[in-house]
Amino acid sequence: MPKTYQEINEKIKSGQVVVVTAEEMTGIVEEEGAAKAAEQVDVVTTGTFGPMCSSGAFLNFGHSNPRMKVEKAWLNDVPAYAGMAAVDLYIGATEASEHDPLNRDHPGEFRYGGGHVIQELIAGQDVRLRAIAYGTDCYPRKELDTWINITDLNECFLCNPRNAYQNYNVAVNLNADRDIYTYMGVLKSNLGNANYCSAGQLSPLLNDPYYRTIGIGTRIFLGGAPGYVFWPGTQHNPTVARTEKGLPKEGAGTAAVVGDMKQMSPEWIVGVSMYGYGVSLQVGLGAAIPVLDEEMARFTAVKDEDIVAPVVDYSRNYPYNEGQPLGYVNYKDLKSGQITVNGKQIPTGSLSSYPKARAIAQILKEWIEAGQFLLTESVQLLPSADSGLTFKALIERPVEGEVI
Amino acid sequence: MATRRVVFRYPRHLIDAPVVSQIARIYNLEFNILRANITPQSEGLMVLGLEGSAEDLDKALTWVQQQGVGVQPLERDVVRNEERCTHCGACVTICPTEALHKKIATQEVCFDSDKCIACELCVPACPPRAMEVAF
Repeated sequence: MPKTYQEINEKIKSGQVVVVTAEEMTGIVEEEGAAKAAEQVDVVTTGTFGPMCSSGAFLNFGHSNPRMKVEKAWLNDVPAYAGMAAVDLYIGATEASEHDPLNRDHPGEFRYGGGHVIQELIAGQDVRLRAIAYGTDCYPRKELDTWINITDLNECFLCNPRNAYQNYNVAVNLNADRDIYTYMGVLKSNLGNANYCSAGQLSPLLNDPYYRTIGIGTRIFLGGAPGYVFWPGTQHNPTVARTEKGLPKEGAGTAAVVGDMKQMSPEWIVGVSMYGYGVSLQVGLGAAIPVLDEEMARFTAVKDEDIVAPVVDYSRNYPYNEGQPLGYVNYKDLKSGQITVNGKQIPTGSLSSYPKARAIAQILKEWIEAGQFLLTESVQLLPSADSGLTFKALIERPVEGEVI
Repeated sequence: MATRRVVFRYPRHLIDAPVVSQIARIYNLEFNILRANITPQSEGLMVLGLEGSAEDLDKALTWVQQQGVGVQPLERDVVRNEERCTHCGACVTICPTEALHKKIATQEVCFDSDKCIACELCVPACPPRAMEVAF
């Protein structure tokens, strides 16, 4: 008998709900079978924690006197986007500090940027706001330099256009003698190491591979607080090749998410510096997946050895869109610390924290057991494998004629 | 008598050269090998405590460099800021001595400071910048 969201939520409210983490579900389905597991378990919790570019925060800092329509703004010297209104700002995770030397002395260290500002706001630290404006009759003020604190802001919410990537590349460096510095970490020459970035069997979208439950309006764990999926993430690409079990063999689905930073914790939202690449933000995110039927029980029983990821050369193939993956490896092997690529054994590193992912799934489980977190039925699911939606590359059209 | 802690970096072709025994003999130094990581396929690393007269120590280290072995003083310690570390694992393949490594069962990143040779490669490679240099 399929379950409904209403039935599951009634069980959560009455304390009768059976909720397990995605790791626990694997064992239950192996022992009991999917049909029985679907009857026994109501909710499976997931988690992931890794650097998620395409993250940022909106904030409204209130009107000064006299009023000001901010034209350009900086938070702790990191440029924030002000081109929306008078005192609304968007601070992007990958924006570097104004005077950062960037990669002029390669590899640059990128010590501070938008991701760090976001973490400091959440931690309750004061942040310096500088702004300039051209001045209008209704907004005459032209300069502002002040401290702000999240408690004084009207609104401050994380609004990430692309998070929770469903699977990802395993990055290696085929160059014979040059180490490279990428968003996938430092990659040593001549297949010196391989870096992956997924929680694998705990990852939200790998436990719901066809997005049967995750979509617009899905309540999630975001940064230590409840948040929501508000749209398919940018570059959402559900039509990639999949395994027999329906698991995408490369980066596929993504989610755009939003949540109140005033309730978040700096433990789950961490500003990071990627050596030679730039700044970013580690984001902790988890989804609670309703076990509506036997198929969802099977999906949420996914394990690391079932999930494969493409091994991609970042010295040439990735930057120049060339070539094919060097092969596919599964997450069990990736987590063992060593994989074989082109006949060579190479050590693996990761950018995604599995201990943090596990902790998120556990917290979400506790929230649900305590009746503090109800499931929401999505008002529109993410486009799935049958949507025909693909991730397009840019087709450049040269601009001809007089350029002013 | 003076003491120094140093790191010797052996290029591949010098791995079997008896550098340490020679400086002990020629320059009358006491040595204590604190850590060594030398494999035939890659460059070698050795952390040593040396004791002798200041003059002999200077001469010995100059001689070692002339042989083509890199010499770096070990005057600083690398420590992990446990609050900043998120256990992501970006450091584990960067660390040349496996002082930073993952426990397979839990996937936690462990830092074994006894194996650390303070090469500092992990410091900029750590995304949340949890690895810090202590003087």
